[in-house]
Amino acid sequence: MKSWIAFWNILVKDMRNYYLKPPNISWGLVFPVAWTLMFFLKSQTAVNVRELLPGVMSLSILFGTTSMLAVTMTFERRSRSFERLLLAPLDLNLLMLAKTSGAILFGLVNAFVPVLFALFLTNLSDILWLPVLGAVFLIAFTSTLLGLFIAVSVKEIFEAQTFSNFFRFPMIFLCGLFIPVQALPLFLRPLSYILPLTYGADILKHSINHDGQLGLLTNFGVLAAFGIVLFALSMRNVKRKWIY
Amino acid sequence: MDILEVDQLTKKYGDLTAVDQISFSVPEGEIFGFLGPNGAGKTTTINLLTGLARATSGSARISGFDCARDIKRAQQIMGIVPDESNLYEEFDGFENLSFCAALYGMQKDEREKKAKELLQQFGLAETGKKPFRTYSRGMKRKLTIAAGIIHDPKILFLDEPTTGIDVASARQIRQLIQTLNQRGTTIFLTTHYIEEAERLCNRIAFIVGGKIARIGHLEELMREVQQENVVQLAFADGVSNLKPSLQENFPDVVVEVPGNQLIRLRSSSPLNLTPLMRFFEQKNLSVYEARIMRPSLEEVFVRITGIELEKMKQEKEGKAKQ
Repeated sequence: MKSWIAFWNILVKDMRNYYLKPPNISWGLVFPVAWTLMFFLKSQTAVNVRELLPGVMSLSILFGTTSMLAVTMTFERRSRSFERLLLAPLDLNLLMLAKTSGAILFGLVNAFVPVLFALFLTNLSDILWLPVLGAVFLIAFTSTLLGLFIAVSVKEIFEAQTFSNFFRFPMIFLCGLFIPVQALPLFLRPLSYILPLTYGADILKHSINHDGQLGLLTNFGVLAAFGIVLFALSMRNVKRKWIY
Repeated sequence: MDILEVDQLTKKYGDLTAVDQISFSVPEGEIFGFLGPNGAGKTTTINLLTGLARATSGSARISGFDCARDIKRAQQIMGIVPDESNLYEEFDGFENLSFCAALYGMQKDEREKKAKELLQQFGLAETGKKPFRTYSRGMKRKLTIAAGIIHDPKILFLDEPTTGIDVASARQIRQLIQTLNQRGTTIFLTTHYIEEAERLCNRIAFIVGGKIARIGHLEELMREVQQENVVQLAFADGVSNLKPSLQENFPDVVVEVPGNQLIRLRSSSPLNLTPLMRFFEQKNLSVYEARIMRPSLEEVFVRITGIELEKMKQEKEGKAKQ
């Protein structure tokens, strides 16, 4: 019970101090709109909003969560306020879950902004919402852990931003959102299959447009395994690098 | 009973040994001073004891809880005030204290009550609703100390609590430390202000190059470097012309006249004051004060560590202003 009081207060603190700040709220709104507009300009025919939805949702989560957690953690490490959390009698796993929960929630909200817009433009009645929700959560979880991995590896906030892009941009082109994995050159395909976003995007394609390549169960299984492995690796990194 | 037991604690960073086989214990209710120059290993020791660093070898226990294996239980009973205020700039004083209490699992009503009490006690009630970033350095230190004790810790680690703050705030903080100690909290204090350690601490350890150079009660440390006995006598009348006759009558004593009405006597053996008093009586001189002169802790520190204090202070204060 005592631990959960600490967990809840860390989450509320992060939401108030970082995620619910006006610049971040506007980022959450502007970003999906910008992506949709980009696809619209790129398209030579009429845009099918529903076809765009898995891509825009995935990228909104990826860009929202990775940079936010990496930046906020680096900021707290620099101001030494993160030490206060490490010194609290709170299990380190629970502490890191509390820190990542804010970013995961931010990712979840970001993911559904394009869905809200799409509601006014197209029919979304036959979407499989449960797998969508599961995929959004798991994409947010794995992307957040990627942000944590970045936060552990850098010291300055600008490094966190740069390092985030180093991972994110290759992921956009390799995860099957723009170019189907089967259409990628043979030597790039293994890379595609070691990215969690590939499986998340595939679930969204399945659930929204009914055209995924891998089975839903396979996708969920691999994505959940990615989440567990990434969390374990992140915790190992945190213990090694932050508790000197 | 010892609340803190440190045994052969060592911390190495590659080839550098930051803390080198230190051993000491701190009884409950003591104010223990940990003194040393920059880079001596003070903060590394605190990090090892509080769970921010892992020891290469050796062990430490707080109230019986191992600082490596059982650190989360040890953290429940310790409070930590780091050398730099690390509260949340966006939060006001009240929110900062409430948040810190929540980290220790305190319920909402309890933590809000405690936060209000502490703001009152630390003279911050009026600024309690202002963001932390608007606080002066002294106010920030006070709030950071308040955050360190909100869960009523048994032992409080204070890392350089008065560095870089104004004289009045530093004085208030020293009073707060004494009050906390009187209420039963054990204090582990690192400072580079020797006079602060002298005024507050029951026992002191000097750490140099990661090793404990000396440890003991104030009296013990002073006695160790006290190579001669010095007594200073104050007179109602001028005594500046008395030196030759006094020296002639007491050849084993070195006589100094530091002022017109003062005589200082130095001897390698304890001074017998009776013949001296008789001598002054014969000269119709009234002695109205006799004071045993002891070396200051500053002298003790310089003699033991070989480090000039002024240089150490300048380094620290320069760092604090950055």
